[in-house]
Amino acid sequence: MLSQLGEEAKLLAGGQSLIPLMKLRFANPRHLVDINFIPETAYIKEDKSGLRFGALTRHAQIEKSATAAKIPILHDCAAGIADVQVRNRGTIGGSIAEADPSGDWATVLSTLQTSIRVVGKKGERTIPLDKFILDAYTTALAKDEMVREITVKYPRPASGGAYLAFKRTAPVYPTASVAVQLGMEGDVCKDAAISLGCVGLTAIKASEAEALLRGQKVTNKTITQAADAARAAADPQSDTRGSAEYKRTLVGALVKRAIEIAIRRARGEQVQVEHIYA
Amino acid sequence: MPKKTAKAKNAGKAKTMREPAIENVPMQLTVNGRACSVSVEPRMLLVELLREELDLTGTHVGCDTTYCGACTVLMNGAAIKSCTVFAVQADGAEITTVEGLERDGQLHPIQKAFGDCYGLQCGYCTPGLMLSTHQLLSEKPHPSEKDIRKAIAGNTCRCTGYQNIFKAIQTAAQNAKGN
Repeated sequence: MLSQLGEEAKLLAGGQSLIPLMKLRFANPRHLVDINFIPETAYIKEDKSGLRFGALTRHAQIEKSATAAKIPILHDCAAGIADVQVRNRGTIGGSIAEADPSGDWATVLSTLQTSIRVVGKKGERTIPLDKFILDAYTTALAKDEMVREITVKYPRPASGGAYLAFKRTAPVYPTASVAVQLGMEGDVCKDAAISLGCVGLTAIKASEAEALLRGQKVTNKTITQAADAARAAADPQSDTRGSAEYKRTLVGALVKRAIEIAIRRARGEQVQVEHIYA
Repeated sequence: MPKKTAKAKNAGKAKTMREPAIENVPMQLTVNGRACSVSVEPRMLLVELLREELDLTGTHVGCDTTYCGACTVLMNGAAIKSCTVFAVQADGAEITTVEGLERDGQLHPIQKAFGDCYGLQCGYCTPGLMLSTHQLLSEKPHPSEKDIRKAIAGNTCRCTGYQNIFKAIQTAAQNAKGN
């Protein structure tokens, strides 16, 4: 159907970004194809290597899922997106396919081994997340392709992660957000993934901050160094949510807190994470 | 003279902006327990269907930008913002609006609690808040303060400062317990 309708068609999943964008006339598709009536597209499944999410799995479904909570950072994300009403409609596949620079999922999923299974007229292909989101609102999807499934590999044992977003109120996008995923061996960090959200055109991988942690004993000093490096990696714009400098400072603070929570979780502690409100 | 030019300009604009006529779509839905068959423009929002076609004006439009929650209704039991769902997406769905809360002329315990606790002033946000409360209490009959805060984070009230809304929700939960 998408290949018949051509360039000016758009898929409608949860609609919680697309419909507001259409009202503002930022998006003006000639055809909307509602995929909500396709059965078997909302599911959370687990296998030996990880979790699989159907494209139309709602944020609320993930928030309430004990299976999804096996990777705690996924619960942090799902439970903090906007508000109850938006979480009841919005979908993980829609969030990834929309590639909004302020979306939450891309930031979180980029700290894990995530692939996007897409399907089109020519069949299926699987794209790693970092090759899928190319720019703001731009993905590797061909015009006749759609997201079918999102697969997330389990992190190695003794891993911990955390996602923290700083928001003015629940329904708005975060001012800045940070996702951290660490693999520990005692006090030493073996693997580190740090992603920054809402401070660039796509989620920013804070490679230098990751390198400062990897192979190191994690102390207050290394955490501060990593936070400084992350702050430098952020590329925020000044807007109504805050000045670029403010957002940079925010990123540093969020990285510190997220690393601390990630380490506690890697030790097996249960830590509740909530977004931080201004 | 300048007025006239402005008018003429606008008239021209309106013409060029007009889209070709799009056929109405027939759909069925259940609203407050009543089966409805309607024919709607595909671009019509659910809140417009409720207010303008079905005359259920208890559902309000506040911001029309997915922020304020004044348009909250239940769709198959889940609270949603009806300004951010197309009417046609509710084909086959069960919708509950504030008008569907009362039973046989008796206020729903949530409605009664909002009244008793002065959980409203101007009342604009109230229908949405009551439906968000409805979802909360159906999932968590004994909500904690944090549960309540989370449940109504998507509903903006510009009058009350939320304190009495809190009390109303706690009271509604207690009254439901007593039943």
